[in-house]
Amino acid sequence: MTVPELKINDLHVSVEGKSIVKGFNLNMKGGEIHALMGPNGTGKSTVASALMGHPKYEVTSGQALLDGSNLLDMSVDERARAGMFLAMQYPSEVSGVTNADFLRTAINGRRGEGNEIPLMKFIKTLDKKMQMLEMDQAFAERYVNEGFSGGEKKRNEILQLMMLEPKFAILDEIDSGLDIDALKWVAKGVNSMRSENFGCLIITHYQRLLNYIKPDKVHIMMKGQIVKTGGPELALQLEEEGYDGMKAELGITDDETVEA
Amino acid sequence: MSMQLQNLSFDTEDINQFAEDRNEPKWFSDIRIKGLKLAEELPLPQPEKTRIADWNFTHFNYDTGSAAVTDLNDLPEEVNRLVEQGSGSGNVLIHVNSSAVYHHLSQDLIDQGVIYTDLTTAVKEHSDLFAKYYFKTTAIDKHKLTALHAALVNGGSFLYIPKNVVIEEPIQAVYYQDAPSSGLVAHTVVVAERNSSVTFVESYLSDSSVGEGVANIISEVTVGENAQVKYGAVDEFSAKIVTYVSRQAEVAKDGRIQWALGQMNDGNTLSENATNLEGTGAAADVKAVSIGSGSQKQNFDNYVRHVGKSTQSQLLVRAAQKDASNSIFNARTKIERGASGADGEQTQRVLMLSDQSRGDANPILLIDEYDVIAGHAASVGRVDPDQLYYLMSRGIKKETAEKLIVEGFLAPIVDLLPIEGVREQLTTLIERKVG
Ligand SMILES: Nc1ncnc2c1ncn2[C@@H]1O[C@H](COP(=O)(O)OP(=O)(O)O)[C@@H](O)[C@H]1O
Ligand SMILES: [Mg+2]
Repeated sequence: MTVPELKINDLHVSVEGKSIVKGFNLNMKGGEIHALMGPNGTGKSTVASALMGHPKYEVTSGQALLDGSNLLDMSVDERARAGMFLAMQYPSEVSGVTNADFLRTAINGRRGEGNEIPLMKFIKTLDKKMQMLEMDQAFAERYVNEGFSGGEKKRNEILQLMMLEPKFAILDEIDSGLDIDALKWVAKGVNSMRSENFGCLIITHYQRLLNYIKPDKVHIMMKGQIVKTGGPELALQLEEEGYDGMKAELGITDDETVEA
Repeated sequence: MSMQLQNLSFDTEDINQFAEDRNEPKWFSDIRIKGLKLAEELPLPQPEKTRIADWNFTHFNYDTGSAAVTDLNDLPEEVNRLVEQGSGSGNVLIHVNSSAVYHHLSQDLIDQGVIYTDLTTAVKEHSDLFAKYYFKTTAIDKHKLTALHAALVNGGSFLYIPKNVVIEEPIQAVYYQDAPSSGLVAHTVVVAERNSSVTFVESYLSDSSVGEGVANIISEVTVGENAQVKYGAVDEFSAKIVTYVSRQAEVAKDGRIQWALGQMNDGNTLSENATNLEGTGAAADVKAVSIGSGSQKQNFDNYVRHVGKSTQSQLLVRAAQKDASNSIFNARTKIERGASGADGEQTQRVLMLSDQSRGDANPILLIDEYDVIAGHAASVGRVDPDQLYYLMSRGIKKETAEKLIVEGFLAPIVDLLPIEGVREQLTTLIERKVG
């Protein structure tokens, strides 16, 4: 199997007619972990949603290629089946549908008709991954995200990631609202996925999570673009200086963005 | 045209003959004759916003007997799979067309004085007791369809629970229709005496071999003091069967009824569900789901009337509308003067799955007392695009995702049905109707 590759070239995205992402570039390969950091409202989630295909986010120009195929031509489910995964900042609740049914439908959707996962195998895998995330077994039979705490929802996103084994995952603020234990479980889950067949883009405000999941590259995004790229030390620098320090250094003047 | 359609195709002589063939007591055939007279005079009901004048309620074959069976395996597969298999201890009554063909009630329940039998047997062997409850919670002269029902009743069940008897295992009734142009006119009477408790579940289904047929169903439930009745139902009549179904309950002091109704007919349907909370502290929990599909027209009226003090009700209606179906949902909560401390809540949610379908949810609160709590919520909407996106982002195709959402939306009622086979019937039905 060749190493998967995600190429994003000069992506522009509008929401409700307003231009939010203005020339976003990123290349990732399987085996790599990248962090995308930046102040609130700068367009990080917009990049993620546009790549996944949320109907509200309109790509006005640019390219996104997964192993050479044009992601932007695909429907949301096709992108997922092609190997994309987005752990969402605000996952939806789906009443009446159990986590287990949801996951099994998703897995079988990928495997295709006639190649469904055997029930026992599914249950065993699910049990194992839930254990790794310290999730109660009862979660499997609870309705998707309904009545879940913030932290439970995040762990549920990682559980789905582990069950679906995509080529590329974007984790959108997976660390927000997590206490230190939950943060460790999430990191453990993500680290267990590490292989050259899997690449991961971690969107975060803080470098805290990056202590547990070591990134190969750190990108700083401001005003709809990546403005600086470096190694893990960049996250530490940012932690010290804050976004204002970074802006000053880069000579960015800004009135729109708000510090979290 | 419509006048002619609603003219009756039978007369007193036919009714007398029918009653005689069935060897019924005089009081019962008298009610038939009375019903026939009223049916000729009374108008059809006038459900709000649904035109039923050209629905065929009156032309059908009411005398379509079927032979009894001793082995469940001799029953049609659709029926067989609803009934608890194995032990043979399920308490069940099975009707095929206008005959009761199979019956089982455990010795233990018989010994405790429980009566569970078909209508024909009930009017003969428990004549006095049955007469006390027959057409007690609903009136024969309510409208043409109740009167017609009284005239032509050809099936039904009688369940009687003596006081203090608590039945754990569910009691089941199954009705199956396959005779061409047949009509099922089934009357169910459930009586739970004080401090008793029971779960009753009925399934109605039909084969397309019926063609144009009629179902005219009335259920009457009497819940005694501090008694509890859970009443589950799955209606699954085929597309060309016109259904009138009326389920009525009267609840005494501290009694409680729970309705769990899966209203999944494929044909035109007029449904009335009503609970009368007479006694202090009486309570009702009404949950109903339906799916409109094809070009069917349906009208659902769910009514709770608070008479006693501190009575409580909760009404939850969920429905999905597909294709060019058209359904009206009325939820009516009435709190009478004197019912202080009453608490009535209702919620209706309709999910529209196509542009051609129509669904109207009308919340109606009528309150004649000050010291009460009442609330309503009604919404008609589409599948939440964020939910759809979320499911699709996991690789689930749009149609499958929609199906999951709709099935999930209807699940709270499915989960309430106490018999595995019936729960599966409803789940399968939902899957079929949504898919
Ligand atoms: N669904 C949406 N509807 C309207 N505006 C949006 C939506 N999503 C994002 N935006 C706007 O786009 C900008 C960038 O938001 P977002 O991508 O969420 O930033 P970040 O994730 O970096 O905090 C903000 O101004 C936000 O208000
Ligand atoms: Mg964001």
